[in-house]
Amino acid sequence: MLENIAAMLEAWGIRNPLEQLEFLLDPSTLPFAIWETLYAPLAATVLAYVIGLPLGILLVTGEEGGIHPLPKALMNVLNTIINLLRSIPFLILMVLVFPLSRLILGTAIGTTATIIPLTVAAAPYVARLVEASLREMDRGVIEAAQSMGCSTWQIVTKVLLPECKPSLINGATNATITILGYGAMAGSIGGGGLGSMSLMRGHGRQQFIVLYVAVILLVVLVQIIQSIGTALCVKTDKRITHK
Amino acid sequence: MEPIIEMKNLSKTFGDGSNQVEALKHVNISVEKGEIFGIIGLSGAGKSTLVRCINLLERPDSGEVLFHGMNLMAMNEKELRAQRKKITMIFQHFNLLDQRTSLENICFPLELVGTPKKEARKRAMELLETVGLPDKADAYPVQLSGGQKQRIAIARALATNPEVLLCDEATSALDPKTTRETLRLLQDINRNLGVTVIIITHDMKVIEEICGRVAILNHGVVAEIGKVENVFSKPKTEAGRRLVYPDGLPNELLPKTKVIRVAFNGGTAYQPLIASLAIDCGVKVNILGADTRNIDGKAFGTMLLGLPEDENEAANALAYITSQKDVTVEEVPDYHA
Repeated sequence: MLENIAAMLEAWGIRNPLEQLEFLLDPSTLPFAIWETLYAPLAATVLAYVIGLPLGILLVTGEEGGIHPLPKALMNVLNTIINLLRSIPFLILMVLVFPLSRLILGTAIGTTATIIPLTVAAAPYVARLVEASLREMDRGVIEAAQSMGCSTWQIVTKVLLPECKPSLINGATNATITILGYGAMAGSIGGGGLGSMSLMRGHGRQQFIVLYVAVILLVVLVQIIQSIGTALCVKTDKRITHK
Repeated sequence: MEPIIEMKNLSKTFGDGSNQVEALKHVNISVEKGEIFGIIGLSGAGKSTLVRCINLLERPDSGEVLFHGMNLMAMNEKELRAQRKKITMIFQHFNLLDQRTSLENICFPLELVGTPKKEARKRAMELLETVGLPDKADAYPVQLSGGQKQRIAIARALATNPEVLLCDEATSALDPKTTRETLRLLQDINRNLGVTVIIITHDMKVIEEICGRVAILNHGVVAEIGKVENVFSKPKTEAGRRLVYPDGLPNELLPKTKVIRVAFNGGTAYQPLIASLAIDCGVKVNILGADTRNIDGKAFGTMLLGLPEDENEAANALAYITSQKDVTVEEVPDYHA
């Protein structure tokens, strides 16, 4: 049957479809590609939040007039570093970070190795996302918390983070999807997964069936992540009455 | 009576350079234990700054804030936070935590001091009872009306058994009926729990309804202070009158200033009497009417002058004008009648 389909596709002008179909239908191909696509970006997202969440909190609480102002020089350095990292295009950043990957993981090639550049690229982005979420917080509520004798730490853990949770979840959804996109890009220089598959086979070897299947799968993955994020955000947000 | 909160010589300036605003200028107010004290003023008078200076959400540039005689401004952060559990606050926009239920909101200040959860919930239920909303324990703020939100905020403010409750325009976002109910609740809390209440408002009705004493704040200065019935029935200052009679004074309350008629009998017209009075004596008089002529460089005619309210200034002005050459002065006793 596969031969019949391949023959039909060939008749439509697609080159060596049989090889492509056999590759795609190999039970080890797609599940593994999907796994590789998800694993590095998800790991990087978690790591980026480990770094970016505290930074984002610092950006809001430490500014002049914030709940715990820090020295202006320190805030300037922090902002400059974040802006600097954010302004380097991801592909270039990845190459620049190679030595760091080698230092930490012993290699700069492979799916696991992409976790390092992905984290470096995502952490400042996450810091800005967290900052934007926390800035939505009503000053009056923070003032009320202070009037009740809240310490800075208590304001962060009991007011800022819980009250901004829906917005933070939205941000995390955005971050995950963006990093997933970066991860696909990493396919061009040694990463694995659907991104690499569509670049190497689809573009490089003109295997368009592989290309389209990979792209469609990426689209579906993004849709699923977005749906989960939105549902979680709505579920958490107590300001929404009709669910 | 024993003072519970004393504001001594408080001053606060915002901004610098040309944007500088003196929000408070040497404010002295002493609030007694157990009273309901009102602070009223038009917007921009410095009320909100003043109330925030009491619990040091805003730090005054100079002066002292005493709570039971202890200087709050001399305390470190930790000591101050402990005192803030005794001086709690409610706000115009309620400032509840949106992601918490009513019960959890009331539990919040108890969590901060590490009260066991079960105990905190029990206390919160009692407080819901106190503010008359026992059935709203599991409602989120979004499901409550403005009046209900303020009740929850009041319950939250009472959770740590405070001695003083600061109310910053607490009824300004509520309709008249809800305002009255909320004020009634504050009055009950004051009577039954002995909590001293300090109310900041721009609304005279709020003060009349429940306050015992009132201070009028005007451009950062305490213009008048005293029992509500005294201050409101006979405001002594311009700021007080503007508040109490926003549409202008009733006739019988117009200031009884002395009015004089000055006759010019041909002195030099180029000698500006009123201007030199202002410069030499620093006294400003009010020209109520004038009919003067300049004949051949000499001034003839009469002028009606209202002397300042202050008796000393009035006497100074009168003496100055009388001492001028070619001028006769007589009092007009029946001008206001």
